[in-house]
Amino acid sequence: MNIAIEKQDGSPDADLKCVFERPQALSDKPFHYCPGCSHGTYHRLIAEMIDEFGLLDKTVGICPVGCAVFAYEYFETDMIEASHGRAPAVATGVKRSLPDRFVFTYQGDGDLAAIGMGEIIHAAARGERITVFFVNNGIFGMTGGQMAPTTLIGQKTTTSVDGRDPRTTGQPIRVCELLSSIEGVAYLARVPLTSPKNINTCRKYMRKAIRAQLEDVGLGLVEVLSPCPVQWGMKPGDALHHIDESVVKAFPPGEIVDRVSATAK
Amino acid sequence: MPATKQLTKGNEALAMGAVAGGCDCFFGYPITPQNEVPEVLSYEMPKRGRVFVQAESEVASINMVYGAAAAGKRAMTSSSSPGISLMMEGVSYIACAELPCLIVNVMRGGPGLGSITPSQGDYFQACKGGGHGDYHCIVLAPWNVQEMYEFPALGFELADRYRCPAMILADGVLGAMMEPATIRDDDAPPDVPEKPWATSGRNGRNHKNIVNSLVIEPYGLRDHNLKLQAKYAKMQCETRWDTRHTDDAEILLVAYGIAARLALSACKLARKQGVNAGLLRPITLYPFPSDAIVECAAGKKRVLVVELSSGQMVEDVRLAINGKVPVDFYGEMGGVIPSPADICRKIMEAVQ
Repeated sequence: MNIAIEKQDGSPDADLKCVFERPQALSDKPFHYCPGCSHGTYHRLIAEMIDEFGLLDKTVGICPVGCAVFAYEYFETDMIEASHGRAPAVATGVKRSLPDRFVFTYQGDGDLAAIGMGEIIHAAARGERITVFFVNNGIFGMTGGQMAPTTLIGQKTTTSVDGRDPRTTGQPIRVCELLSSIEGVAYLARVPLTSPKNINTCRKYMRKAIRAQLEDVGLGLVEVLSPCPVQWGMKPGDALHHIDESVVKAFPPGEIVDRVSATAK
Repeated sequence: MPATKQLTKGNEALAMGAVAGGCDCFFGYPITPQNEVPEVLSYEMPKRGRVFVQAESEVASINMVYGAAAAGKRAMTSSSSPGISLMMEGVSYIACAELPCLIVNVMRGGPGLGSITPSQGDYFQACKGGGHGDYHCIVLAPWNVQEMYEFPALGFELADRYRCPAMILADGVLGAMMEPATIRDDDAPPDVPEKPWATSGRNGRNHKNIVNSLVIEPYGLRDHNLKLQAKYAKMQCETRWDTRHTDDAEILLVAYGIAARLALSACKLARKQGVNAGLLRPITLYPFPSDAIVECAAGKKRVLVVELSSGQMVEDVRLAINGKVPVDFYGEMGGVIPSPADICRKIMEAVQ
């Protein structure tokens, strides 16, 4: 999309050009997310990918329950709001009905790794041709900062006020590693959304997770390690440092499964 | 339309009725006593290029139905009582998001794990919401194998017309029994209305479609509820019922599904013993044929409601009749099936 840049008198200004704009797949609705949250960043990256692959007209997105419950407001593609954790089942219904559409789910760690663990595992086991954009911030953000299956050991939340105790609440679940034993998975990768460099890596991973579907290889999932400064009780900058210093030790970044590159056309 | 009369099992008739009714996608999870439905469809659907998925749970099944219905397809699931309980959250979402779909409940004895024997204990769940919030499904109650075959098409048609879930409320007897039914030989697709609201990808559309059941603003949700309630009011014209031997009857029996078959036999026994008994059979349980019951009960000595439950539909009959005629109830639970002679005894007790 070319936006004409005008001088103050309204005539076109040939000296200026538009170098950054909103992707076509992203609506102009202002994000409702808290300061320092990376849902907005991930939304934008998804919209960039939809534009890049030319998928605006054939995409159906499935939103979660959680902080991103209003995600249908932010994309210009057809969108479905799922119940908590069931997005992979809803996506299965859409994709099986309309195999030539691009179908993605957008899910948080409470949604995908707690209540929806059954749906994601079985969608992966069936090798559903869907793409999962997974946001792991280690906490239930929207409901007020309760412990999630991904909460770090010792992390204080409103339901683990003395810090997560592994004896009574278990260890953080590593979704990518858990899914990696399933043959129906085509692509799994994890990346912290903490720097421009990491955001570029995320783009690279997202392209493969999308190709996993478009090239009929299997389920693709990109897990982003995302800050939740409000519920972590940290300043936004400190929250990013915390991811790079601590969260990555529990959730190592990188490509965990890649069956896409091998089948590259 | 070419058709042949065949000795057919209820569940198999229902599966073939779904095929004939234009079902595009079936999602289900095994549970007795409805297993022939997914078994037949696992073969018949892919053969026709249609979708069959055995889901990991009833929770997943209903959410797959939600996705396929949102995509504009005729989608259905089939289960039995405990499985239907698991689906209830999803049914509430589907009702709120105004998606058409078909849900089949081949009822078994409850509560809890209960039994696998026939029951009508899920009337409240089917007709009074079941899931959370103010909503209704259209509920159809077949009473023979022929209707097991015909009601999937009717359910899809009504669901599409009102953009709401339709439910077929059958029971373990209807699912397992065999009797002759006229089955179509062809696969001619039914007329399906356009679904411009479907989230099927924009495909040139100049706006996006959203399927959603979240209305966060109180007045917005109030207004959406008012819209749903107006739809349920409009739906009342779809009421269906059947009457047998009611004109000269002194006692009116009201029963649905397999209980109505038994009640009709009991009416015949009573007539042999000199008591004129008649039957009104609700075919739609929601919307409920209240007016028909009031009209039919007028001038009768008594009304006797027969159910395979502790007495659920009888509440709606009493609400309809509103004390104008005494209403008795006879029910059995847990998979116990009363004989026509048992029901006939209740008729005799009632009229004496």
